[in-house]
Amino acid sequence: MSETKLINKIGPDMLSEPIRKGFGRGLLKAGENNPQIVAACADLTDSTQMSLFKEKFPERFFEIGVAEQNLVTVGSGLAAMGKIPFVSSYAAFSPGRNWEQIRTTICLNDRPVKIVGSHAGVSVGPDGATHQMLEDIALMRVLPNMVVVIPCDSLQAEKATLAMAADKRPNYLRLAREATPVITSPETPFEIGKSYVYREGKDVTIFACGTLVYESLVAAEILHSEGINAEVVNVATIKPLDEETILKSASKTRLVVTAEEGQINGGLGGAISELLSEHLPTKIHRIGMQDRFGESGEASELIKHFHMDGMSIAQSTKELIKE
Amino acid sequence: MSLYIEDLKLKANAIREDIIRMLEHAGSGHSAGPLDLADIFTALYFNIMKHDPKNPEWEERDILLLSNGHCVPVRYATMAHAGYFDIKELMTLRKLGTRLQGHPERLRLPGLENTSGPLGCGLSQACGMALAMRLDKIKNRYIYVVMGDGETDEGNVWEAAMLASKYKLGNIIAILDRNNIQIDGPTEEVMPLENIVDKWQSFGWNVLEADGNNIEDVINALKFAKTIENSPVMIIAHTIPGMGVDFMENDFHWHGMPPNHEQAKIALKELRTLQGRIKSEAE
Repeated sequence: MSETKLINKIGPDMLSEPIRKGFGRGLLKAGENNPQIVAACADLTDSTQMSLFKEKFPERFFEIGVAEQNLVTVGSGLAAMGKIPFVSSYAAFSPGRNWEQIRTTICLNDRPVKIVGSHAGVSVGPDGATHQMLEDIALMRVLPNMVVVIPCDSLQAEKATLAMAADKRPNYLRLAREATPVITSPETPFEIGKSYVYREGKDVTIFACGTLVYESLVAAEILHSEGINAEVVNVATIKPLDEETILKSASKTRLVVTAEEGQINGGLGGAISELLSEHLPTKIHRIGMQDRFGESGEASELIKHFHMDGMSIAQSTKELIKE
Repeated sequence: MSLYIEDLKLKANAIREDIIRMLEHAGSGHSAGPLDLADIFTALYFNIMKHDPKNPEWEERDILLLSNGHCVPVRYATMAHAGYFDIKELMTLRKLGTRLQGHPERLRLPGLENTSGPLGCGLSQACGMALAMRLDKIKNRYIYVVMGDGETDEGNVWEAAMLASKYKLGNIIAILDRNNIQIDGPTEEVMPLENIVDKWQSFGWNVLEADGNNIEDVINALKFAKTIENSPVMIIAHTIPGMGVDFMENDFHWHGMPPNHEQAKIALKELRTLQGRIKSEAE
C-alpha cells in the first residue's frame, strides 16, 4: 500500500463524523485554554456547533441574530479590544453576504477575527443551490492578510480550530455539514500553511481539500487497482499555499488533478493553476463545480451527480493520463 | 466657562481653515461634512474625551470611531491641533506615501481607532468593543461613534442598533451628523430618514438632539449622554453642511468636492474674519 503513515487505512469500516463537529470540540478546548476566546453566531448556534462553547461559557458567547454583516463587524470590534473572536454562520451567508465588511474592518484593519463558514459545498444537500456555498474559497483567498483553512475531517477541524485560536491573523475556516470519513488520526500533523502528502505515487498528483480528500484517496485506490500510482495531497491551507510541497509533488508526477467541493474558478483549482503556470507549467484537470450552481438532492447523490466522488475522480484522472 | 467656549470656537475655526487648505492642496476629497463636524470634533478632542496625543495607545483612553470615513479631514486636522502630529503633515493628505490616507487606515496613523470608508460599520465595531469591555469589567471608558445621516441608509447600521439595545451597551455614545445632504442630493429626496428621532427611540436608544454647530450645546449633550448608563445614546446633531463657508453651506454639491485655489482663498478669508466679524490680518 502506498498510503503514508500520516493517515488511517481507507476502507468501508471507517468512522464518519461531520467536519463541523470537530470545530465545536476545538472551540470548546480553545475556550478552556484561553479566556480571551469569545464566540458569536448569527442564529445558527447548534448547526455550526458553537453550542458546546455557548453552554460552557455563556457570558463569552454573543447571539447576533440573523445579521451577518453585523456578525463580522462586531467581531472586528471584539478583536480591537484584545479578544480572539470566532464568528460563525453558514458559509453561504458568511462570507457570502458580508464580504466587504470582512475586507475593510477585518483584513485591511488587520484584526484577528476567525470567520467560520459552515455547511459549505454541494453536500449541504436538499436545501438546494441557495445554501450550497461554492464561491467562498475564491472570495476569501483573494483578500490580503486572510488565511484560508479547509480541514478534511472532524479531527483535523479540531486541530485547525486550536491552531487558528493561536494565530494572530484573520482566518477563514471552511466546514461541511454531512458526515465525512475520519481519515486522520490524533497523530496526523496539522499546521496552518502546510499541505500534506497522504498517499505517495509517481504517475499523477491529486491535490484535494475538505471532503474531497477522502474521495481522492478512494480514487487513488481505484487507480492503483488499474496500475496507476496517484499521489494524493491534502491542501488543508489554501492560503498561504504550501508552494514547496505542491511544486515538489508536481515536479515528480508532472500531471495534476485538483479536487474541491467548490467552483473550479478561483478556488483550490485556481490557486494550484496559478502556482504551476508561473513556476512549473503542468497539464492540469480541475474537479469541482464547473461554473454552475448546485441543486437539491442527497449529499452523496450530488457528489456523484457533479462528478466529485471517488469513482468520478478516478475516471477523470484516467482521461487526463490518456490525453 | 464662556471664555473657554470662546477658545474652543476659535480652535474649531482654525481647524476649518486647515480643512480648506488640506482639501485644496489634495485636489480631491469631501468638504461639506468635515466643515460641519469641526465643532463636534473640537468638543470631543478638547473637552470631552479622555486621550493622550503623546500616547495614542493609552489603555484608559476613550475611543472615537469615525464611521463615515470620508469625513476624515476633520479628524486629521483636529488630531494635529491636539498634538498627535505636526500640523505641516496635514498637507500630505491623499498624497503617495502619506499617513493621511483619503479614507482613514488605522494601521497607518497612531490614534485612528478604525479603518473606514465603506459606510455603516462603525456602530457594529463599537458594539464589539463595548461587549469586550463588559467582559473585562472595564468601566469609565466611552466609545464615541461619529456617523453620517446618509450613512444610515445602510442596513448594517440598524443591525448594530438592535444589538447595542439588546445588550444595553451604555458606554456607546453615537453622534449622527444630521446635515441633511448626501452625494446624490438632500437625504429626504435620496432616501427619507424622518422621523429619525422616533426611529432610534423605537430601536431602544436614548435619543438627544443638539445644535451640532454650537460647541456649548454639543458639550452639554455629550456630558448628559455620559450620565445615561443603561442604554446606548444617540445624539442627533443638527449641522449645516459646509459650515463656516458661505458658498458651501447647505449645497449638497460640496459633499464630495474640494475647493479650487480661488474658492479656497475666499473660504479662508471668510474663516479668518469670522464671517466678517473681525478684520482679517491678511487684508
